[in-house]
Amino acid sequence: MTEFFGIPAPVLFGQLLLGLINGAFYAILSLGLAVIFGLLNIINFTHGAQYMMGAFTAWMLLNWLGLGYWWALLLAPLLVGASGILIERLLLKRLAGLDHLYGLLLTFGLALVIQGLYRDAFGSTGLPYAIPAELRGGQNLGFMFLPNYRAWVVVVSLAVCLATWLVIEKTRLGSYLRAATENPTLVQAMGVDVPKMVTLTYGFGVALAAFAGVLAAPIYQVSPLMGADLIIVVFAVVVIGGMGSILGSIVTGFGLGVIEGLTKVFWPEASSTVIFVIMAIVLLLRPAGLFGRAG
Amino acid sequence: MAVRSEPAAIRAATGTGNGLRHHQLGMALLAAALVFAPLVLYPVFLMKVLCFALFACAFNLLVGYVGLLSFGHAAFFGTAAYAAGHAAKVWGLPPELAVLFATACSAVLGLAFGWLAIRRQGIYFAMITLALAQMLYFFYLQAPFTGGEDGIQAIPRGRLFGLIDLANDLVMYWVVLAVFFAGFLLIYRTIHSPFGQVLKAIRENEPRAVSLGYDTDRYKLVAFTLSAALSGLAGGTKAIVFRLASLTDVHWTMSGEVVLMALVGGLGTVFGPIVGAAVVVSLQNYLAGLGHWVTIVQGLIFVACVLAFRRGIVGELARLVGKPL
Repeated sequence: MTEFFGIPAPVLFGQLLLGLINGAFYAILSLGLAVIFGLLNIINFTHGAQYMMGAFTAWMLLNWLGLGYWWALLLAPLLVGASGILIERLLLKRLAGLDHLYGLLLTFGLALVIQGLYRDAFGSTGLPYAIPAELRGGQNLGFMFLPNYRAWVVVVSLAVCLATWLVIEKTRLGSYLRAATENPTLVQAMGVDVPKMVTLTYGFGVALAAFAGVLAAPIYQVSPLMGADLIIVVFAVVVIGGMGSILGSIVTGFGLGVIEGLTKVFWPEASSTVIFVIMAIVLLLRPAGLFGRAG
Repeated sequence: MAVRSEPAAIRAATGTGNGLRHHQLGMALLAAALVFAPLVLYPVFLMKVLCFALFACAFNLLVGYVGLLSFGHAAFFGTAAYAAGHAAKVWGLPPELAVLFATACSAVLGLAFGWLAIRRQGIYFAMITLALAQMLYFFYLQAPFTGGEDGIQAIPRGRLFGLIDLANDLVMYWVVLAVFFAGFLLIYRTIHSPFGQVLKAIRENEPRAVSLGYDTDRYKLVAFTLSAALSGLAGGTKAIVFRLASLTDVHWTMSGEVVLMALVGGLGTVFGPIVGAAVVVSLQNYLAGLGHWVTIVQGLIFVACVLAFRRGIVGELARLVGKPL
């Protein structure tokens, strides 16, 4: 059997793949956080809870309505995104003009409420969600076994991230968005409905989180606290990458996932802390983040 | 006098100069209430309130007077709890030395975390402190001396100065009360010192403080370390009182709770965090039987406070009487 540094190849590549998958979730979630922060000036602490809601919506669609994975992939982001729009309209809107920190506190409180309600309704133990029939099985690549579903998650996440980047950087809608991030008053004066754009942007960011949640449901168990610790790691990812650049968020997310996966192979005890350590090092060397602007 | 040129809004929020008679009155009332409180309330409950009140006051020093929202203060509280527990149980140190050691540990940790975190501002500062605290949580989860999920249990209360046996709850209460007042008065003194005035200047307008020649990073770092050390004093005392140090003390939910206490009582008020701690601890005791609903209610209070009640209880009271409290 082929070995690298004394590690059997299947173990190494298996962890690398798992790292890529975690990286995909980091990328999608930090992308959503960055888009929301750009326009709303709010760090959405509820993001982890909304990722969890995506996974639970998939579970509820399957077990209560009999709608499978593919429907969930479409409906869960829409439903959770719609709930996000409600949150923005009813609550976040009232914070306009206040210190950013109030947005953090409000969304933190919301996350507590949402996670508590789900825990009350579904209990703390995880619920299983089966891999869809079309994506079961896997390919033997010679040096490792590649489960189809995991390959699918990496590919589709990458596609969604790149599509988001294309929309924001290359389309007319994206140019409005970037302009409103720079100067909302001026864009409003030019006849763009900025408040509506803010609402839809929040809904979109939340929908991205829910999409990641559906992707995660068959890999991890569906549980009320699945997003609680994840969101803190994603915060570290955001600090490392800086929120100035969309492509930067994507690269940082995938890169850190891979590093975490490799750490799991070579030094398992450090795997849960490695991203935070990298954050500390980045703060020392490049306080604004790898792709960030000062601030 | 720098004090005189402060805008009225800041004066209303934090109090200035010599006209602090109502603060002295407040403190006398507080002291009297706490001296007679054990007659009507359980000392154990009161000690819990006092430990968390000191923790919340230390946290408020940073968010209320420097404008830095730390979302990782559980790191200092929990580290001190583990340090005090280890020192008292494994090394057999007397309680006063165990708590002192715990406070020192938190101060060193605060210096390190603060040194990293003050490189960024606002929202990033909150995220960095949260992430650093989470790193420490995972470290304690694996470290052998913390006892993992069990924590450090049956920490001996011991004899204070080798003389006073702390096994009796009422005796312990007087000690905790003394520790609380020492910490509280230190914070009060800091806020109203020239050093504290510079902190408030940084909160109001950092670039301007820089342009006046203040090395704001140094002020922020000192304030952060002081806040961490006092959080440690609270955490170490808590470990001795409840004879327990566990992962709960370092978890992010604990960081959230201290934010909630300061917010409910009133950010940037002298007495607010104490009131907030009393409210939140009472609520936890009252709702303890309801399980997950404690978190839900806490979350709802967060939302309600941010939307409609940003001044907090003491902040609103201060507005009613027209004096800073």
